Amino acid sequence: MEKRELVCVACPLGCPITVTLDDNNNVTDVTGNTCKRGDAYARTECTSPTRMLTTTVKVEGGKKACVVPVKSSVPVPKGMMMECMEAINKSSIKAPVKIGDVVIKNILDTGADIIATNNAE
Amino acid sequence: MLDFDLAVVGGGPAGMAAALEARENGVEKIVVLERAETLGGILEQCIHTGFGLHYFGEELSGPEYAGRFMKLLEDTDITVKTDTMVLDIASDNTVTAVNKKDGLIKINAKAVVLAMGCRERPRGALSIAGSRCSGIMTAGTAQKYVNIDGYMPGHEVVILGSGDIGLIMARRMTLEGAKVKMVCELMPYSGGLTRNIVQCLDDFGIPLKLSCTVVATHGKDRLEGVTIAKVDEKLRPIPGTEEYVPCDTLMLSVGLIPENELSKNSGLELDRITNGPKVDEYRETEHKGVFACGNVLQVHDLVDYVTEESQIAGLGAAKYIKGEKISSECVSTQGVDGVRYIVPQRINCKTDSDVKLYFRVGAVFNNAKIIVECGGKEILSKKKKKLCPGEMEYVTLKQSVINELAANSVVTVRVEA
Repeated sequence: MEKRELVCVACPLGCPITVTLDDNNNVTDVTGNTCKRGDAYARTECTSPTRMLTTTVKVEGGKKACVVPVKSSVPVPKGMMMECMEAINKSSIKAPVKIGDVVIKNILDTGADIIATNNAE
Repeated sequence: MLDFDLAVVGGGPAGMAAALEARENGVEKIVVLERAETLGGILEQCIHTGFGLHYFGEELSGPEYAGRFMKLLEDTDITVKTDTMVLDIASDNTVTAVNKKDGLIKINAKAVVLAMGCRERPRGALSIAGSRCSGIMTAGTAQKYVNIDGYMPGHEVVILGSGDIGLIMARRMTLEGAKVKMVCELMPYSGGLTRNIVQCLDDFGIPLKLSCTVVATHGKDRLEGVTIAKVDEKLRPIPGTEEYVPCDTLMLSVGLIPENELSKNSGLELDRITNGPKVDEYRETEHKGVFACGNVLQVHDLVDYVTEESQIAGLGAAKYIKGEKISSECVSTQGVDGVRYIVPQRINCKTDSDVKLYFRVGAVFNNAKIIVECGGKEILSKKKKKLCPGEMEYVTLKQSVINELAANSVVTVRVEA
């Protein structure tokens, strides 16, 4: 059995949450949260934490821009952020780029696409 | 001389929202004057997500949030002048500006919206000993280098100040392969949002050192290290606690200053706490027909609140231009006992809407009560589980309540712990 202390990020309140896990890493108890969203956050955070990934990617042949900002279409597993960064830093996209253009489809089989979040001529 | 109904100074989120709201409320000739090459302001370099949760109900990146407003602006005939620097706003609301294409221009406007935003407190505002070597910059400057110019400003980083931009840059630099050694914060609490501390520091094991500051920088051409020290309750470095930290980059995230040079030159008096103009409930300053909104008025935590405030100013400007804006005797607002300031600073007694009073507290409070009083009588109270200086709060006063208040009285907001 393990007890983990978290600070909820679901809203600005930042409730301190204590999660109890059994030996198989299953959540058995969540306390300290003051709403349902806190309970859900605590459970995902302990079993399969995910994060939105935002960074930039190289633009080839852009008039001015040399990089364009990108984000993951859905959160990626927290532990895979650095691997995803490596893959993104190896890739590039040809100008012109439009918001929503897919730079990498299903990056490292996470189910997340890496998409442009700005235009570049 | 160009004739416009409304001139908006600044094309960031505040200026764009104010211009659009004025248009929706029937203002015809609007010009937006922007200093940079593009609209969007600081959002262009804020590539992280978390924008728009309140306003759009979606988690957008900065450029996406700005992009939505740029698209809305494009679909109107609002005139946009980029690469244009406003030099002066005269007492008759004549706006003088300059750009490469038009040269010097004078704009005769019925109303003006000030939406110039804010800038970061620079190194010069802190008294840190050391030479002017390279490698010391504000977090926002570093953010521009990395996110717009695609250029890494350093490899081993110490961040001074735990404002949101500093926290965001700690994560950004780590993702790009730099080693962020620590974030030092002078105060005993962080100035940033809790979610940013969790997602930007805790996720990457970056230590947040509270009650700690940088007392000296070392290096001649390039930064080689900094000396940090703990501070006492009066924020003075404690002798004997100094520690040398090798690093090639020091980023500063030590506060934002509303960019009010134009406001000051036009004779507007600034609020001592917000460093922004003093405004009424429609964000009209002490000069008739001059409105202010966004970070030039008060530094916001979330762009969603900037948009909301700017729409109030845009609506106010529209009412003013159409001769519908109420200008009556006012009550003034005042923050006391833990409340540092209130925006708006005055409210027209005969106002035609409910009014939200925005404020910040001076310390962390748990299970506190916010109490609004006028003439010794409580007019509103609201319980809050948690209040922190890093997060802006508000209470809403009903129009019916305001209309009953005696002219020239003072509405106070205080915290009861």
